[in-house]
Amino acid sequence: MGLVHSIDTFSTLDGPGIRTVIFLQGCPLRCRYCQNPDTWSKTSGSAREYPVAELMKIIRRGIPYFQASGGGVTVSGGEPLLQAEFVAELFTACQAEHISTAIDTSLYVATSKVERVLPVTDLFLADIKHMEPQKSRKLTGLANQLNIANLCFLSQHNARLWIRYVVVPGLTDDPQDVTAMAELVKTLDNAERIELLPYHALGAHKWDLLGLNYTLHQTQPPTSQQMNDLAHLVRSITGKPVFWQ
Amino acid sequence: MDPWQGFKPGQWMHEIDVRDFIQKNYRPYLGDASFLSPPTDRTRRLWDKCRTLLAEERQRQGVYAVDPDTPLNITSHPPGYIDRDLEVIVGLQTDEPLKRAIQVYGGLRHAAKACEAYGYRINPQVEEFFSKHRRTHNEGVFAVYTPEMRMARKSGIITGLPDSYGRGRIIGDYRRVALYGVDRLIEAKEMDRRLTSEVMTDQVIRLREELYDQIQALKELKEMALSYGFDISKPASTAAQAVQWLYFGFLAAIKEQNGAAMSLGRISTFLDIYIERDLQAGLLAEAEAQELIDQLVIKLRLVRHLRTPGYSDLFAGDPNWITEALGGMGVDGRTLVTKTTYRMLHTLETLGPSPEPNLTVLWSNNLPRPFMEYCAHLSITTSAIQYENDDIMRPFYGDDYAIACCVSAMRLGKESQYFGARCNLAKLLLYALNGGRDEITGQQVGLEMPVYPDEILDYDQVMHRLDKQMDWLAKLYVNTMNVIHYMHDRYSYERIEMALHDTDLTHFIAFGIAGLSVVADSLSAIRYARVRPIRDQNGLITDFAIEGDFPKFGNDDDRVDMIAVELVKTFMRKLRRYPSYKNSVHTLSILTITSNVMYGKHTGTTPDGRKGGEPLAPGANPMHGREEHGAIAAANSVAKLPYGFARDGISYTFSIVPSALGSSHDERVSNLVGFLCGYFAQDAHHINVNVLNLETLREAMEHPEQYPDLTIRVSGYAVHFTKLSREQQEEIIARTFYKRM
Repeated sequence: MGLVHSIDTFSTLDGPGIRTVIFLQGCPLRCRYCQNPDTWSKTSGSAREYPVAELMKIIRRGIPYFQASGGGVTVSGGEPLLQAEFVAELFTACQAEHISTAIDTSLYVATSKVERVLPVTDLFLADIKHMEPQKSRKLTGLANQLNIANLCFLSQHNARLWIRYVVVPGLTDDPQDVTAMAELVKTLDNAERIELLPYHALGAHKWDLLGLNYTLHQTQPPTSQQMNDLAHLVRSITGKPVFWQ
Repeated sequence: MDPWQGFKPGQWMHEIDVRDFIQKNYRPYLGDASFLSPPTDRTRRLWDKCRTLLAEERQRQGVYAVDPDTPLNITSHPPGYIDRDLEVIVGLQTDEPLKRAIQVYGGLRHAAKACEAYGYRINPQVEEFFSKHRRTHNEGVFAVYTPEMRMARKSGIITGLPDSYGRGRIIGDYRRVALYGVDRLIEAKEMDRRLTSEVMTDQVIRLREELYDQIQALKELKEMALSYGFDISKPASTAAQAVQWLYFGFLAAIKEQNGAAMSLGRISTFLDIYIERDLQAGLLAEAEAQELIDQLVIKLRLVRHLRTPGYSDLFAGDPNWITEALGGMGVDGRTLVTKTTYRMLHTLETLGPSPEPNLTVLWSNNLPRPFMEYCAHLSITTSAIQYENDDIMRPFYGDDYAIACCVSAMRLGKESQYFGARCNLAKLLLYALNGGRDEITGQQVGLEMPVYPDEILDYDQVMHRLDKQMDWLAKLYVNTMNVIHYMHDRYSYERIEMALHDTDLTHFIAFGIAGLSVVADSLSAIRYARVRPIRDQNGLITDFAIEGDFPKFGNDDDRVDMIAVELVKTFMRKLRRYPSYKNSVHTLSILTITSNVMYGKHTGTTPDGRKGGEPLAPGANPMHGREEHGAIAAANSVAKLPYGFARDGISYTFSIVPSALGSSHDERVSNLVGFLCGYFAQDAHHINVNVLNLETLREAMEHPEQYPDLTIRVSGYAVHFTKLSREQQEEIIARTFYKRM
């Protein structure tokens, strides 16, 4: 059984093509900009347990769209690798039916969990939160050793990788930090592209609803100019395609 | 010169058979859009003039000018021009662009009220003549309506019936004018007439009179063309002539009829044959080919009818549904996409986005990929295209059908429709609970039965009651439609449109339902949650207390989706039990156009939690805000509705913000193509695609003058967003816009 926060049958931003995204409940991080703080807790009244078979029924309904667009299934969260065993089972079932699989993960988990899903995952959408351990801790609640280790692990195993980096003014947008991130990505041969995600405050109301203290009320989203500049910077260092919107 | 020179011969030369001509002569185009030309200088200057006129029209509350004196018909007005030197294709409805004239045969009151609404007074002599000496369609209908029919109309259980305005939805095969010339068409009709002289039954007498009218109209068509300096008695011999001849045919139709939808047919591939011939002969270059199409489209964008504000409450934004069906596949497996299919779509770029003509792509998953991509590109940049599933229509209609209005397919020149608006299924459900009494007025309208007596609504009992009310409504609806179309034929016969049909043709009689998702959700609530009816002081059920959750239409959940499917099948079966006018074939649509707002306003609170007065969902859409699993789940629910039981069309409107389609334009194009392929692979029928930011719509509400071209697809057609009422705009904004979660 997997504990599912919600399901979106149509996403084009979580891997190639049209994807059904399964959001799993529970996350070890407490990112200050998180849009979905309602996925943090490992137990939640609104989350629902699904057996693999039931999810497969929903996923199969997307097959004509996956086939036409080169899409598939993405597991997101929360941190889906908290339920690595379940993800592995689900992806095994997907691959048996030739449905492509992707996982959207922070990689702030034990490498054994990454290893568990590696054989059945076609694409990793992997976050880099911050390159600097202390700043990572300040941003997410945890230092980034696992993240870096897992990225190298995936690289060694030649896993297909898309890198995601959230640009939060004042927290992650220092060109030096971005440069450090790009330098790392440059060494990951299997990283195909980098997506820069501009911070926005659309999830702030959820914090209030949950009685949490949102600390970024004063933070403005980065400007297009700034995003373009950072995209250019990352592109010039990595030589890889960089997207942002 | 032989006008048919260079064409491959065939049956089409010996009888009226446009399809055969197309099949023998057209050339499929499998390439991309790179061959297209920008508009010519002449077109640009002409369109600039039109834009000025259109801005002036907006300033004048949406009506540029009215001629209240001369009832409009094929030859009523002298030739009109925008700018003779710039016009490659000529012909206007009246003597001035955008000037509207009265059409009285549909109904005198409608014409008089429309004049009044815009500060004109209908010519008193015309008024006197039509009130004393000549009956109109509207008067004929009301002479025959039973009290029950009047009551159903007044209560809004059936609304929007074409009993006071032109029914429309009839598509003349305007291509015939170009291919054969008018003389040949007259000759063919005269031959048909001669063959009907054996036994004079009612039916034969009526047919002979109709044929007389048709021949008369063809003669007037020639006369009208001659007033512009064109003799169209013989076939067109160049591409320019083909466009002009064809347009004259259409112009005659829109002069004579203020129909609710005056669709164009499927002309692009036909015209492509002429354009290709001229290109090959060196008579035409690409820029000039585009110019012909651009200039035709300019004319189509200037079509105007005089209508009352009440009409706009139902069908907002001054629509004419000049629907052009594009693309599709032939029964032999070749695509019907040609370069002129591209040229027609390209007008959204050469002239900018516009609701008219109503560009309708007949989608097949076998269409050439570059064409799919061009369509998706235009949807993303203009939101002006609708898509309909050729793969499920072709088995019914072959490969030379077109779309009337929004979603009504018919073989060109061989099939025709009697339009019947729609009934309000959500209200009917309330009648089932209140024993046929209207939940708003308290009047007995539906089948009389006791008000639902128990404390909790029981699914089986409610269904039993609904079934009985459906029987009542189906019978009343068919009877009412028979009256309307009898009278329309008698007093406002579409002479020229019918002259461009075969004499021996099939009629559809098209019924419709509104509020399907509300009724499905209501029944689901009754079945899966606990719904307690709340009664007012008169004992009528006017509110509901709902305990517990229930599956909702739009989440790909069979528990409720199958309720919707059964409702459609059941109602269709019931309609079929009652005989129809001229033995026409019963069909059904799930389409509201913009009337979902008006229908909702006149419908009390429903057991799904929708409050009284709130809009119903448009067409076959799920109620907004109830889709919990994203766009594919919603589209999959709609795709389950059975086209075989709703052959008049199942309309789904899909709105998405651009960024939710992908990270770059190319990805968005590819994902939209993927979405359409996936949707249609499941036998879905129709989809409107809007790719818009909500902020743009809000901006346009505040500053309409800055967004004159902002086009949005509603249910089956497109409108200028700024021409909608505030209420309708609010409703569109409240709809689900798929964005990132």
